[in-house]
Amino acid sequence: MIIADHISKHFNGIEAVKDVSFRVGEGETMVLLGTSGCGKTTTLKMLNRLIEPTSGRIEISGKNISEEKPETLRRSIGYVSQNNGLFPHYTVAENIAVVPKLLNWQPGDIQEHTARWLEQLKLPAHFKNKYPNELSGGQQQRVTIARALIADPPVLLLDEPFGALDPVTRTSVRKDFAELPALKRKTVVLVTHDVQEALQMGDHICLMDKGSIVQQGKPGDLLLRPVNEFVHAFLGQQLDDISRIYERIRAQG
Amino acid sequence: MEEQQSLWDFMAQQSGKLWSQTVAHIGLTCISLLIAIAVGLPLGIWIARRKKAAWLVLGIAGVLQTIPSIALLGFMIPLLGIGALPAITALFLYALLPIIRNTYTGITGVDPAITESARGMGMNPWQILTSVELPLAMPVILAGIRTATVINVGVATLAAYIAAGGLGEFIFGGIALNNTQMILAGAIPAALLAVLFDFLLSLLQKTGLKSMRKMPVLLPVLLLLLSSFYLIPYTKGHLLAGFTPEFMGREDGYLGLKSKYGLDVPTVVISDAVMYKAAFEKQLDVISGYSTDGRLKAFDLVTLHDDQHIFPPYYAAPVVRSEVLLQYPELQPVLDQLSGYINDSVMTELNYRVDYLKQAPDRVAHDFLVSKDLYQPPGKGSKGTVRLGSKIFAEQYILIQMYKELIEGNTDLKAITKTGLGGTKICFDALTNAEIDLYPEYTGTGLLAILKPRREQLAKLGGDRDRVYDYVKNEFLKQYKLQWLRPIGFNNAYALMMRRAQAQSLNIQTITDLKNYATNGSHRH
Repeated sequence: MIIADHISKHFNGIEAVKDVSFRVGEGETMVLLGTSGCGKTTTLKMLNRLIEPTSGRIEISGKNISEEKPETLRRSIGYVSQNNGLFPHYTVAENIAVVPKLLNWQPGDIQEHTARWLEQLKLPAHFKNKYPNELSGGQQQRVTIARALIADPPVLLLDEPFGALDPVTRTSVRKDFAELPALKRKTVVLVTHDVQEALQMGDHICLMDKGSIVQQGKPGDLLLRPVNEFVHAFLGQQLDDISRIYERIRAQG
Repeated sequence: MEEQQSLWDFMAQQSGKLWSQTVAHIGLTCISLLIAIAVGLPLGIWIARRKKAAWLVLGIAGVLQTIPSIALLGFMIPLLGIGALPAITALFLYALLPIIRNTYTGITGVDPAITESARGMGMNPWQILTSVELPLAMPVILAGIRTATVINVGVATLAAYIAAGGLGEFIFGGIALNNTQMILAGAIPAALLAVLFDFLLSLLQKTGLKSMRKMPVLLPVLLLLLSSFYLIPYTKGHLLAGFTPEFMGREDGYLGLKSKYGLDVPTVVISDAVMYKAAFEKQLDVISGYSTDGRLKAFDLVTLHDDQHIFPPYYAAPVVRSEVLLQYPELQPVLDQLSGYINDSVMTELNYRVDYLKQAPDRVAHDFLVSKDLYQPPGKGSKGTVRLGSKIFAEQYILIQMYKELIEGNTDLKAITKTGLGGTKICFDALTNAEIDLYPEYTGTGLLAILKPRREQLAKLGGDRDRVYDYVKNEFLKQYKLQWLRPIGFNNAYALMMRRAQAQSLNIQTITDLKNYATNGSHRH
């Protein structure tokens, strides 16, 4: 459970995020949707204190995060950043093992979990000794996801995780990600500018513009009951996919 | 003229010295590099975090870099004296800029997405620095260390000027003695060391990103190992002698002291520029000075009597290219005018004014000419130009300034001075290559550093003033078409010097006294 309560962030007098509040239920996936520069990434980074809010309060699993040690907090939150952020001088296995090592796991446990996560993300076992630059973009992103999930954090933060991939690769990585059994137990916050991705993955969507939330609700609320012309136009850009999305909404009831 | 021995012979013959100089050179380079890394690396990391401090730190390190190395060594002497400490400090300051700058560039060059994801996973700042930033910046940092190493191997040759050893002893000795083999015996190993160190570090750099994680451990260990080579040849308790590189290699210098007197004192090599001061400050007890040096007076030193006559006469006279004398026949009488006016004590006094009272050489020269009624206001200078060269010390500056005023006052020639032509070899080569027209030379130097006659010939000349002058005059004319004019009058010979107080308390008046004191193993009072 994540609660953001009236959070704002100012950078040198510029309001990047203005009075944002939301609530993500246990096991839910919430999407922060919006154009570049709307404040969605800043909002996400305040959740693991990569950025400190100027005002407001954030609670994760009932604890005020500003009272926790940032390093401890972050080790319990999976984080996938925009440009994968893999360590180029670490092998795939060493990259995946970063958080377990920080948590002082036994080497045997680390190896076992690494092998399992490679398999779950459909990466061949011998990849563990490769370096990131020997992998394709899609494979790198799979490693990043494994790295974020290996320590089984209850919360997962994703910052445009598939943004840098071509459409075909994006679809396949996203599908494999969405089908991970572990994901069902996670509270997920996903940042994207891709309406289709938001509608497919989000239980709850916050549409942001100029630092504020314009509308939040279930995908259907935003699509069928837009509060203003902006919401209508933003989602309307994806109307060529409307029939597929319509089916999904009908199935959800 | 005796044929010069081959380089290989020289190196084989001097292998002991060559080895100890090389070891000292490696030691100096590595110790200073190690300290520079220990200081520069954290400083580079710090300014990568505080960009506002970066320009200041890089600016200061940059200014240090632009100070000429010999000047930097000069600044060190009043603060740190002579020997290894000031040399290492100067080398350390030189190595600092490339290391700080490359550390800064390397760390700020790490992709922020990577450090952010490290933070996002819960690494603390120290873990991010050691596991992510330093390994990724290491190729750039190593490149900086390579630059610093090559600079240091080069600058370390200058350590020989302040009694810190190294291959500069051969290089500067060779330049002073006009001995190409000796120069090469120092310069070639120094160049090879630079190439070798650069190559070794390039191997480290090429080992790839993965092993960069071991580098922070590996490099200091390696450097520490190499540094341990350097043992400072400083023995407290006995007399310590400091001789110039030139003196060390001369038959009428250190070699003669050893063979004729059997003198055996712990010895360091040091530049003439700092030697007197070091003796005054009791860092050295015996030095090889010149009998007309102004600092003799300034620092209250006494010369030891050369009772076995190993130092030949060094009467100064202008050496001129014959073509110039033919072209401007009025020149010779003008240059001869000075003859007879300056004896040893007058020259010492003039040198004292420049070296110690810090009066400008041209001022001192002018005042002297005026006082002797030799000064004439300069003429038109329309007939031609005469180029006057000098070695780099006050006496020569004063002399050529006098010649300049005499020439311009008494002829229609214009005189330009080229001061600071280093040692004998540089002046002599400039003269034979017609880059200058004359410079003041000393009979003894012409004899031993340039003509290098056979032993028998030397014995025949003995230490006789006139015979040496005639021999040098004839041979220079025959071999090089250079004309020695009439001697000025003073004898600037080599002399061993000690502090007056110490010499008196130890009752040392002659070099033989010194030898007896040194071999009897008496301790310093």
